Amino acid sequence: MAWSANSKTTARLLTLAVGMLGFALFVMPPLYDAFCEVTGLNGKTGGRYEAVPAAVDRQRLVKVQFVASNNESMPWEFKPGVVEMRVHPGEAIDTVFHARNPTGQDMVGQAIPSLAPSKAAAYFHKTECFCFNQQTLNGGESAELALRFIVDPDLPPSINTITLSYTLFDVTERVAHQTDNKNTDSEREG
Amino acid sequence: MAHGPKPGFTRWLYTTNHKDIGSMYLWFSFAMFLLGGCMALVIRAELFQPGLQIVQPEFFNQMTTMHGLIMVFGAVMPAFVGLANWMIPMMIGAPDMALPRMNNWSFWILPFAFAMLASTLFMEGGAPNFGWTFYAPLSTEYAPPSVTFFIFSIHIMGASSIMGAINIVATILNMRAPGMTLMKMPLFVWTWLITAYLLIAVMPVLAGVVTMMLMDIHFGTSFFSAAGGGDPVLFQHVFWFFGHPEVYIMILPAFGIVSAIIPTFARKPLFGYSSMVYATASIAFLSFIVWAHHMFTVGMPIAGELFFMYATMLIAVPTGVKVFNWVTTMFRGSMTFETPMLFAIAFVILFTIGGFSGLMLAIAPADFQYHDTYFVVAHFHYVLVPGAIFSITAGVYYWLPKWTGHMYNETMGKVHFWLAFIGLNVTFFPMHFVGLAGMPRRIPDYALQFADFNQIASVGAFLFGAAQLVFLFNVVRTVRGGGKATDEVWENPQGLEWTVPSPAPYHTFSTPPAVR
Repeated sequence: MAWSANSKTTARLLTLAVGMLGFALFVMPPLYDAFCEVTGLNGKTGGRYEAVPAAVDRQRLVKVQFVASNNESMPWEFKPGVVEMRVHPGEAIDTVFHARNPTGQDMVGQAIPSLAPSKAAAYFHKTECFCFNQQTLNGGESAELALRFIVDPDLPPSINTITLSYTLFDVTERVAHQTDNKNTDSEREG
Repeated sequence: MAHGPKPGFTRWLYTTNHKDIGSMYLWFSFAMFLLGGCMALVIRAELFQPGLQIVQPEFFNQMTTMHGLIMVFGAVMPAFVGLANWMIPMMIGAPDMALPRMNNWSFWILPFAFAMLASTLFMEGGAPNFGWTFYAPLSTEYAPPSVTFFIFSIHIMGASSIMGAINIVATILNMRAPGMTLMKMPLFVWTWLITAYLLIAVMPVLAGVVTMMLMDIHFGTSFFSAAGGGDPVLFQHVFWFFGHPEVYIMILPAFGIVSAIIPTFARKPLFGYSSMVYATASIAFLSFIVWAHHMFTVGMPIAGELFFMYATMLIAVPTGVKVFNWVTTMFRGSMTFETPMLFAIAFVILFTIGGFSGLMLAIAPADFQYHDTYFVVAHFHYVLVPGAIFSITAGVYYWLPKWTGHMYNETMGKVHFWLAFIGLNVTFFPMHFVGLAGMPRRIPDYALQFADFNQIASVGAFLFGAAQLVFLFNVVRTVRGGGKATDEVWENPQGLEWTVPSPAPYHTFSTPPAVR
């Protein structure tokens, strides 16, 4: 009798433990992402934005600053075309960043955006951004990276300056790794 | 039923006896305590003077990391599990633990986990050097190759803790003697029941976070890598979701031990038994909703800062209830000051100091000043050393006569206490001052103005270390012989463990005792 009570308790507790492992692995990361999206925590900006026709607020000017930096091992030259601009909320703006691969190797880069103040993250929409894709640059090659954005007219009046920062990461090895995996997968399937 | 232990080494290898396994846990944790302590002494020796004298910065970082990991997972947690194994069946009138074979397994995988962890010290690139909190990307992109061994050893420790916790819950829920209702259980049993639930809930989260690290390092995922769309801050959230309950895992059983000792030597029943139970449960609940107070400076909305600040301060309420109850138990008691009582009183006083520095750290705006300074080091050593270590020591002195049948040497016990008490305060109190003055933690070298206090702290650390050798000597001597202990050992102590002979026979309560 004691045995069956113990097995029941053990089974229940094991379920709890496995459930918590699943919670940590499969629930917490997406939950965190969702939370960041809602609150703009860490200045995470959203994905591609489908432009909706909205009135441009000609009365208001918001200062938008651009910052470009490299993750520690990234050798590319990376800088914004314009460092600062004043835009009307609701207006679609085009700008560019410049990148050059000064090394002899072909490389792949990935830009990760971050926005300050984080409260503004939900009101900064990108309809076109080089950060949506990885950038491949052959040795010595340079490129103009396009960005098209709209500042939402609902931007809280307390925010007058938005700083958009891009950090450029070297993902050459990561991409090579994933291609290898894909190749082995398709070989297995084939 | 009069068969005793098997002769020879296989007794320890194959044993399913809760007393054998409890002893093994306790000896193992003491060995880890000495190992982690030696690492602490390397740290303190290096910090005796500004400049680099003894070790290189790379090795210094390995020492701080390994010291933390070994003390948390190797010394404190197994010691509490060892005490639980020894005492819980005897306190609730059960013949053994509910799952004795799993008990054996959960102990015997531990030495392998720690052998693996310690072996990283001799590997190319050295041992883990990213701090015991192993924040990504320090522990992923910038980690030494040995990090994989660290991850697997954490997995094994986690499995061991979860099995131990399941065993304890099953024992407490199913194996109590007739009449031993939940609200009649000794507080040590209660605090362990709640601790075990915390362990089952958060050790899998720790396993999850190291698994994500493993995937990031070897399988190309990017949970914590911004380059692939992940976020290093996610690591901190997941880690502290485990980490904060973990710090209560290391203190709740201590509350139980102290709640057993103080009434015995104050010769009064514990004041406010049921409020103690509810306070423990409240602390356990609150531990799940305060994790971000470890990372106020990481960038959070103001609402988040405020929520975590107020929730953290709320913990002071149930903790205050406990301290009030212990003090009230002692109030107008006929107190005597044997070694366990000295450690228990020191626990109450010094843990309260650690609690207050915790409240200071809970103030989010002030925390920006204290964050990652020696003030934090002083705070958590004040809660862990007098909190966990002193209570374990008190518990060992309190129950050692029951385990061995011999009285320990009281004079030597008092010498141990005073050396440890003075050593502890000399070590950690000055850290408050250097921390407030701005000395960062985890650095092998420091600015000249911190030299005096660091010198004092280092002297205290060696004193504290020496005190532990007195403890070891006293325990070994008591195990080998000494004055006979009576069955009651102390004057009219409460609890079923005192109704069995001293030393406790290999099998106790084969027939359940009558509980009134």
